[in-house]
Amino acid sequence: MFESLPPALALIGGALLTAAISSRQIRAFVVIGAPLVCLYGIWQVPDGVSLEASFLGYTLELVEGSPVRRLFATIFALMAATGGLFAFNHARRTELVAAQFYAAGAVGVCFAGDLLTLFLFWELMALFSTVVVWCGGTEKARAAGVRYAIMHLLGGVILKVGIEGVLISTGSLDVRPLQATDFNTWMILIGILINAAAPPLSAWLSDAYPNASPTGSVYLSAFTTKTAILALILLFPGESILIWVGVFMIFYGIIYALLENDIRRILAFSIVNQVGFMVCAVGIGTEMAINGAAAHAFAHIIYKALLFMSAGVVVMRTGMHLCTDVGGLFRTMPITMWCGIIGALAISSFPLTSGFTTKSMISQASVDEGLMLVYFLLAAASAGVFLHAGIKFPWFVFFQKDSGLRPKDAPWNMTLAMLFFAGMCILLGVFPQLLYPLLPYAVEYEPYKASKVLFYLQLLLFSGLAFFLLLPWMQRTLTISLDVDWLWRKGLPLLARFGARVGSPLVNAAQSRLDDAFNAVTTSARNTMGHAGPLGRSWEIGTTALWIVLLLMVYVFAYYLF
Amino acid sequence: MNAPDNHWLTRPGTIRWLWIIGYSTLAITVGLQWLIPIKGYFGVDSWLGFGALFGFFSCVLMVFGARLLGVLLKRPDTYYDV
Repeated sequence: MFESLPPALALIGGALLTAAISSRQIRAFVVIGAPLVCLYGIWQVPDGVSLEASFLGYTLELVEGSPVRRLFATIFALMAATGGLFAFNHARRTELVAAQFYAAGAVGVCFAGDLLTLFLFWELMALFSTVVVWCGGTEKARAAGVRYAIMHLLGGVILKVGIEGVLISTGSLDVRPLQATDFNTWMILIGILINAAAPPLSAWLSDAYPNASPTGSVYLSAFTTKTAILALILLFPGESILIWVGVFMIFYGIIYALLENDIRRILAFSIVNQVGFMVCAVGIGTEMAINGAAAHAFAHIIYKALLFMSAGVVVMRTGMHLCTDVGGLFRTMPITMWCGIIGALAISSFPLTSGFTTKSMISQASVDEGLMLVYFLLAAASAGVFLHAGIKFPWFVFFQKDSGLRPKDAPWNMTLAMLFFAGMCILLGVFPQLLYPLLPYAVEYEPYKASKVLFYLQLLLFSGLAFFLLLPWMQRTLTISLDVDWLWRKGLPLLARFGARVGSPLVNAAQSRLDDAFNAVTTSARNTMGHAGPLGRSWEIGTTALWIVLLLMVYVFAYYLF
Repeated sequence: MNAPDNHWLTRPGTIRWLWIIGYSTLAITVGLQWLIPIKGYFGVDSWLGFGALFGFFSCVLMVFGARLLGVLLKRPDTYYDV
């Protein structure tokens, strides 16, 4: 039965049920159970197209299976279930409903066999992720949600323009490897890269995610950017420009995270950084690189969600969201702290964590292709990740100064969710071969060579030394950092005000002329047609009869002639 | 909410020991390279302590870069509120 149904339906059903059920306890079963049913469905999908439908004369391939599609769908379903466990007791019902629709969109994209189906699920994600942002419930969340929606609708339009162009020029809607060689394929690539938070349009991510609720940002961290990575793997493997787009994202994320003070915005910038590793790997495009991108996306969703869970618990318990306001929380939040540290070690690709076994595949791919500069930039970035996320996040949140705050540790359901993902980080770090059978290509890679482990230990531990020696330069300030979104958040309003100031004399002069012309016309009309005017006043009977006779004569004459 | 702070992790003696253990670990990771030679991929990365120096100076460079960019990019956190 499951082979003939899209797995995303389980999540859509879950969302509808969640909306209908008022009991929080029963809702918990749904928000955790529906993704697990979806997970079962995902593993029933065979390779190749298994479900087609006809729409407006097009044949849509609603479900097409392949190893990489199943891998991404698996981690999305797992994320939805664990996110449900983390959130069910604290999130608003609207958020839980929207999050399940959002996850359904992500799973739908995974199995989309054609570009139209992919687009439909893509927009489902955009729609409901916006609702998740709005569930932050503050004025800032509302405004950030509007900006987020505009950016994603713009990305959707660009993607759709490309899809229509490809359909017209090739006659095919199939999801297959393309090359960015013409306008249509570039539009598709740009549309996808907007969702991947690639430059110059990265700011939507760090703007929206930290403004969501503590539970909402966990969901948001997982789906949008990683479906973009899957779309890049399916549509643009080996597109060389992606190598440098990825490298830019990596360093953009590090620099902005170093400057940042908001706990969750640090993590948001580090999403851009980590997605940069994956984009770079897709650009390299070899089997090792694609395996690396897919494996890293899998591991990343787990440790990033774990970090957002840890940060979310802190925000929820303290009501604070700035590094300058917290600190010293290790005293009363040991579980949240340890889970945060495990997530931080995993994102830093510390040996024995999942990040090490997956990110080193991407480095290995750059070595195999002889890309020396890329290899050293990735190595420098690994040190930078340890600096901005691996140490900075746990240090400023749980240690540094004593803020005097003594909040309670996480509630039981949040603790369970964090422990599960922390365990996954270590499990995939110690036994990476568990993930290998799920990867798109056969794996012949050994991450734990003594020489490699020693190199990374030197790299990471000395970047830790740099952090503590440069700590006076790392102290947080009550500031934000300007990004490209300054252009429409400040630049456009400034331009409009400037235009109004410069243009107002011209507009006033034009309006005065128009008023004069209008007055002249009305005065003339009043003079002609008013009571005293030639056409408006009362005439004598004889004069009127004379006019009638004259007009009749003209009429008869004209009739005779024509 | 405030409590007297005498946690063992915050005592000066503990912190001094943490620094000693930290520096020892750093020295060991470099020293181990005599026992476990690092097989670099591009020649230079097999030098003694290359990973250590590369990691350290990459971070120094990134922190300095961030500080410089911060001069241009940083604004008060109420910048967009007004």
